[in-house]
Amino acid sequence: MSTETTAPDPAGGTTATATAASTGTTGTTPAAPARPSRWTITAADAARIATFAALICVLSLAGQIQFTEGMAPITLQTLGVMLAGTLLGAYRGALAVATFLLLALAGLPILAGGSGGPAPFVGPTAGYLYGWLFGAALTGWLVDRVRGRLTVLHVFGAALAGGVGVVYAFGIPVTAVVTGLPLGKVVALSAVYLPGDVVKAVIAAVITVAVVKAYPAASPAARRSR
Amino acid sequence: MTLLGAYVPRDSVVHRAPAGAKLVALLAVSVAVLAVPGPWAVTSLAALLLAVTLAARLRPRHLWQQVRPLRFAVPVLFALQWWSLGPERAALLCARLVLLVALAGTLTLTTRTSDVLDALTAATRPLRVVGVRPDRVALVLALTVRSIPVLVALSDDVRAAQRARGRERDVRAYAVPLVVGTLRRADALGEALRARGVDD
Amino acid sequence: MALFRRSRPAGRPAGAATGGASPSAPSHVAAAATADTTDAGPVVVRLDDVHVTLGEREVLRGVDLELTEQRVGVVGANGSGKSTLARLLNGLVLPTRGRVTVGGLDTAREGAAVRRLVGFVFTDPDAQIVMPTVAEDVAYSLRPRRGEPALDPEERDAVVHAALVERGLADHADHPAHLLSGGQKQLLAITSVLVTRPRVLVADEPTTLLDLRNARAVHALLRGLEQQVVVVTHDLDLLDGYDRVLVVDGGRVVADDEPGPAVAWYRRAMGAS
Repeated sequence: MSTETTAPDPAGGTTATATAASTGTTGTTPAAPARPSRWTITAADAARIATFAALICVLSLAGQIQFTEGMAPITLQTLGVMLAGTLLGAYRGALAVATFLLLALAGLPILAGGSGGPAPFVGPTAGYLYGWLFGAALTGWLVDRVRGRLTVLHVFGAALAGGVGVVYAFGIPVTAVVTGLPLGKVVALSAVYLPGDVVKAVIAAVITVAVVKAYPAASPAARRSR
Repeated sequence: MTLLGAYVPRDSVVHRAPAGAKLVALLAVSVAVLAVPGPWAVTSLAALLLAVTLAARLRPRHLWQQVRPLRFAVPVLFALQWWSLGPERAALLCARLVLLVALAGTLTLTTRTSDVLDALTAATRPLRVVGVRPDRVALVLALTVRSIPVLVALSDDVRAAQRARGRERDVRAYAVPLVVGTLRRADALGEALRARGVDD
Repeated sequence: MALFRRSRPAGRPAGAATGGASPSAPSHVAAAATADTTDAGPVVVRLDDVHVTLGEREVLRGVDLELTEQRVGVVGANGSGKSTLARLLNGLVLPTRGRVTVGGLDTAREGAAVRRLVGFVFTDPDAQIVMPTVAEDVAYSLRPRRGEPALDPEERDAVVHAALVERGLADHADHPAHLLSGGQKQLLAITSVLVTRPRVLVADEPTTLLDLRNARAVHALLRGLEQQVVVVTHDLDLLDGYDRVLVVDGGRVVADDEPGPAVAWYRRAMGAS
């Protein structure tokens, strides 16, 4: 559905500023919003960011149930991170991941193995969590650059660069710092996870193209016109 | 899934300390311990963990619950570190890791999820200068918590439909309807927010 | 469990709440503030030659209406344009051509003020309940809008509690919304809309996802409201006692009458007499 925004009422805007200034409230009085810019989070944006953050939670829960194998649980969380980028774009996709991470940090048991709280953020795989934020952003940025029809190959490239390349670029050095192991060793260790993550990039690409076909409002073209 | 997290209700100084302060302290300790390796840092960390655990009256099983996710990784790491750095360094590094994760875990054990979220929302207030609206941050966090059970129900429905068609192992048959349903919900939610005056 | 407590303004000077916005408040805010007085007469909802095109499709093609009745029903087949018609009334959809006014306010230019006058209830309460717990969702409706001082937290909680008591939801105040039954969820959604005291309530198929008993309960609730109500519905039997029923087909209002004749006309047109 196309979203029409009504022109902000200038009188209402100035009143809000005056009220905030005169009462000195900080928390509950909405700030007078600036002119809507490309960074403004509208109601529609807030809804998409929040539901995708919830989707990443659900995918990580689902992954734990079905795909757990021995000591290296393969989760669908990274799939969720890639999809946030491909379907919401750079800015909103990164915000969806940030929201997911904040909820995990606050203690919801939504990270791999049902963990949550700040512990995973100081553990050996903390870098991957930070990497997701930038990985989703790059994935979304690349998908937003696609003109014309979105193909599986386009999306795969974007998901590989963002969801795998960027994520590893953050994950590997942090693992080296936290564990004290030499970087070379950590790189060799991380290679074990590479095939799984490449497969997830393929899955993310296939799903994205199918979803955009079924729900054109999620296509990059529709996003650009929002 | 419980949204309560692993909170252990107790009346203690640690429990009463503001969530934001605890987060900042944890951040400072983590950076310090990672920047200054060595026996001293690890010993201090152990002492700090012991002090916090006693003050908060936590049981060993509470701490175990927090470090449990590391139970497979630590033996592998220890072996690798021994092989490349020697046994002493290996023991020190593994101890540092486990202690740090346990200390972070005490924050989860002594702080309500809602308090951490409030603290995080409050932390975005200075960002107003660059146009961040703390009320929007709070809204998005609340909407996410509200959306999780709705999407869990959607995910269950999709799985049931998959089973009915005998395609349990097909990730695509699971994810495509789930994601389309997610987008539909997102846009219906956005419309409902507009109807309730969120963009006004 | 209240997962989200709203941060409260610390140390707000006493009296600021009443002295804040009112002197400089624009007229539409003043209008909205008095919206809970019931003796102000009906709100006139007016559509002038309204066309709506969504994407390629012309969903509404030339609708002229003036609604002042207490109870208006809207029926029509799927895709007839009736949901779009409902969304026009609070500015969720703006006319591509023509004009919609509510109480003299143009939905395209004064959408915010229109949404203070017109509350909207959707089909799926799960999409409409935005906060994790029952009381928080009702309280969310009472957050300060632009140009208004914040409500005192105690006063707000009292209003929320009274609203929940009125709808029989008080026992669930601190429960997560997802644990409510379908009927209770729709009641909560309606409660959250009514707590802002809109003058007009628009409902888009509010009973489609409910079982018969809950559907009847929701319709009884809508029927008993002091507000003007516009209900889009497939439950033809529940329109008894309405003042006016519109039949929408192919983007036009094709019948406009009292419930008896209008529903009979619709049944004939649908080939199900």
